[in-house]
Amino acid sequence: MGCGSSTNAYYFLRKSEKAFKAAVLIQRWYRRYVARLEMRRRCTWRIFQSIEYSCEQDQIKLHNFFSYLMDHFTPSSSKERDFISRMLTEEESYKDTEVEKLCDYESVEVPDSYTGPHLSFPLLPDHATALLEAFKQKQQLHARYVLKLLHETRKHLMQLPNIKHISTCYSVSFRVLGDLHGRLDDLFLIFYKNGLPSPEKSYVFNGDFVDRGKQSVEILIILFAFLLVYPKEVHLNRGNHEDHMVNLRYGFTKEVMQKYKVHGKKILKMLQNVFCWLPLATLIDQKVLILHGGVSDMTDLELLAKIQRHKFVSVLRGKKRREKGRHMDSQAINGEGPVGVDPPRSSSFPGSCLQPGPASTASMASRMELAQRVRQSVQEELENCRRQVEFSETPGDKELSCVSSVTVTESELESCETSESSQEEWKQIVDILWSDPMPQEGCKMNTVRGGGCYFGPDVTEKILQKHSLQFLIRSHECKQEGYEFCHNRKVLTIFSASNYYEIGSNRGAYVKLGPDLIPHFVQYQANKTAHTLTMRQRISRVEESAFRALREKLFAHTSDLICAFKSYDQDETGTIPLSDWATAVESVLQLGLPWRMLRPQLVCSTAGGRLEYKSWLDDLAVEQRSQEHIQSSLLETIYRNRSNLETIFRIIDSDHSGLISFEEFHQTWKLFSSHMNIELTDDGISNLARSIDFNKDGNIDFNEFLEAFRLLEHSHCDEKAAELLPTPPSREGS
Amino acid sequence: GEEEKDGQQEEQLFSIIADIQKKITDAFEVFDHECNKTVDVREIGTIIRSLGCCPSEGDLHDMLAEVEEEEPTGYIRLEKFLPMMTKVLMERRYRPVPEDVLLRAFEVLDANKCGHLTKEELVKYMTEEGEPFTQEEMEEMLSAAVDPETNTVRYRDYITMMVVDES
Repeated sequence: MGCGSSTNAYYFLRKSEKAFKAAVLIQRWYRRYVARLEMRRRCTWRIFQSIEYSCEQDQIKLHNFFSYLMDHFTPSSSKERDFISRMLTEEESYKDTEVEKLCDYESVEVPDSYTGPHLSFPLLPDHATALLEAFKQKQQLHARYVLKLLHETRKHLMQLPNIKHISTCYSVSFRVLGDLHGRLDDLFLIFYKNGLPSPEKSYVFNGDFVDRGKQSVEILIILFAFLLVYPKEVHLNRGNHEDHMVNLRYGFTKEVMQKYKVHGKKILKMLQNVFCWLPLATLIDQKVLILHGGVSDMTDLELLAKIQRHKFVSVLRGKKRREKGRHMDSQAINGEGPVGVDPPRSSSFPGSCLQPGPASTASMASRMELAQRVRQSVQEELENCRRQVEFSETPGDKELSCVSSVTVTESELESCETSESSQEEWKQIVDILWSDPMPQEGCKMNTVRGGGCYFGPDVTEKILQKHSLQFLIRSHECKQEGYEFCHNRKVLTIFSASNYYEIGSNRGAYVKLGPDLIPHFVQYQANKTAHTLTMRQRISRVEESAFRALREKLFAHTSDLICAFKSYDQDETGTIPLSDWATAVESVLQLGLPWRMLRPQLVCSTAGGRLEYKSWLDDLAVEQRSQEHIQSSLLETIYRNRSNLETIFRIIDSDHSGLISFEEFHQTWKLFSSHMNIELTDDGISNLARSIDFNKDGNIDFNEFLEAFRLLEHSHCDEKAAELLPTPPSREGS
Repeated sequence: GEEEKDGQQEEQLFSIIADIQKKITDAFEVFDHECNKTVDVREIGTIIRSLGCCPSEGDLHDMLAEVEEEEPTGYIRLEKFLPMMTKVLMERRYRPVPEDVLLRAFEVLDANKCGHLTKEELVKYMTEEGEPFTQEEMEEMLSAAVDPETNTVRYRDYITMMVVDES
């Protein structure tokens, strides 16, 4: 009563006020901490995406390189000729009889010591489950069975239409999966959560089964096995990575050769003939269209349904050099056969190309006219290129590189006629496999990927209406949560490879569709360690990875960066203001990244808001552990072009032995550097070769070469898991 | 003499402002998914905090009121955000909480002055007092703050760890 209690009340009031204020303070502080983490996470994501996509631009460069070779390289010896023709030979889709010969699994013997699974055909469900078990035990399927499996798969796929129609009347519900990219753990997790394919459980796999991850072979075997066992319940769509040209760059070719040293080449050849037979799209209840990339404003489902899809073994192959018994006597009359470049209408690929005249009727006169026109345009193009490069033509060259001396044969003419429709068909397929949705309306060339389009909500709407569809399901892009809607929920992206960039980078997801066609999502993350990490640890880890990749990119552009910095340092103080650093870096790298947000992680020491750029770049170089006796600009070049270099090496190494001769190595360097306008002395190349232990019969093990310069891609997941965490990794690295 | 100095100072000021504006724009663009200079209103808090400010939810609310459209669209436009944020940064408003102040805040909640809070105490304060946490926020804080051996929050260590993280 009286004073006592009111003082108490006052005291309590003050106390709770203090508690309130303290709580607010802590909450304020904590929320800021979380916000900063979130910003870091977003920036990291942006880094990975922009680097991933800029790598795809390499394909354009490679394509240009091949074009350049075709136009300018005049082999001076039969050796050189062989060398070049190996690079430029088109692999054609084989006829059945040829496939039999090629496949030839009968002659492959399975030794008694083999403890892996044995397959007999026709495959039974037991075989499929045996395969799953075997792969869990890290066993490998014998080459004989792989070949036979591929053979049977091809036979089956050949019967399927380009656009597969499936119905919820038959299969009550479907699970649709996106990119798996060789991540077997994710597939196991999905089967565990959801059940194996069976008459009660239908699956649609939406492409990109291979590349990047280390178990692409196993994934393919499992998918094909289930396809054969449950043909009515398992459906596969082709993705842009079901393409041997892409596999050369992104790791699948390497994986096959490593796992199958003796028969790998056969397997790879066979695979080309399986990939090209994969259906292009799946349609559920005539209402939901599932395809890998997207659509364009030119997409025509009726046309797509009629294409002979197997003609397109690779969707990326550039100009084809006509091959007649291994000597090159004519410039490509372009656009023939499987792949052309730069179709006459809305172009999907940049780069030079020869444009054949319009298809003519069967009359002789017009065919001759066509031949004439083609010859002329080829001539013109050659002149153009020569003028650009100031290529001096000696009389001898004319025979090899000029068309005028070549007679246009019947078959060449035929292919000329069909070339234009081929172009159109090719574009339809490229668009389906490579396009990405964009928020803005319209349809424009996908310059980031170098193929396909960016399509807007209006394009989606048009195609949905035209074919009375409800929505599209596609994959092709990694999403943080494993899935994402866009275009007013009319386009669903589904991505099934969790931890794609790094452990903790993203979840994977799949979608279930019943007769009501309402999507239900299941998300997952296939690595136990990801769950035990705190948000901060997860983000830091992924961030580390991203910044490492970014620093390497910066290093690869050292010379250009110095030039850019110098332009901001007119007074030659050796320093530039930090605000200019960001502008300069973006002008060189052109990755579209928020550099000012990234700056604290990239630039450590500054004095008075200015950066000493030379020492900053030197620090970057030290990180890359550059080999000192190699000329630094050369090193830079290697880093910048490593993806292309590796791809070129693999192409040259046509027997997939992992070895190329020193001569070939030298030759490649010279060609590549002249095309890229890089100054490279013979001494420079010799030093390079000397630094690699190549004296094994004059051959270079190019894996060693790439390893020596740390050019091998940082392997994901487990090796690092072993390093950084005390808990043992969930699976061993392969 | 004097005029020159003024001119120099003005130039410096302009370049400082320009720098700040570029920073704000960069941060904004990270969340501009449609590339049309707008962000979802729910991301504004993250953007403001990552620019170095430490507002309370109440402060945030006030700032939003300045930049929202008259008829809220769910989106904030850069052209409205930029001038507001520039002013905030120039005036150095909503400065971060210094370590010692943070420590004293924890000590206020630590009624028994034993150097730690129990998990339950922390949850009670964070979800019932001040500007309450969501369940997600609470769980995330606990995952890093609770010492698994003692099942308590040793707040001094926690603060030190978080501060090191930041740098």
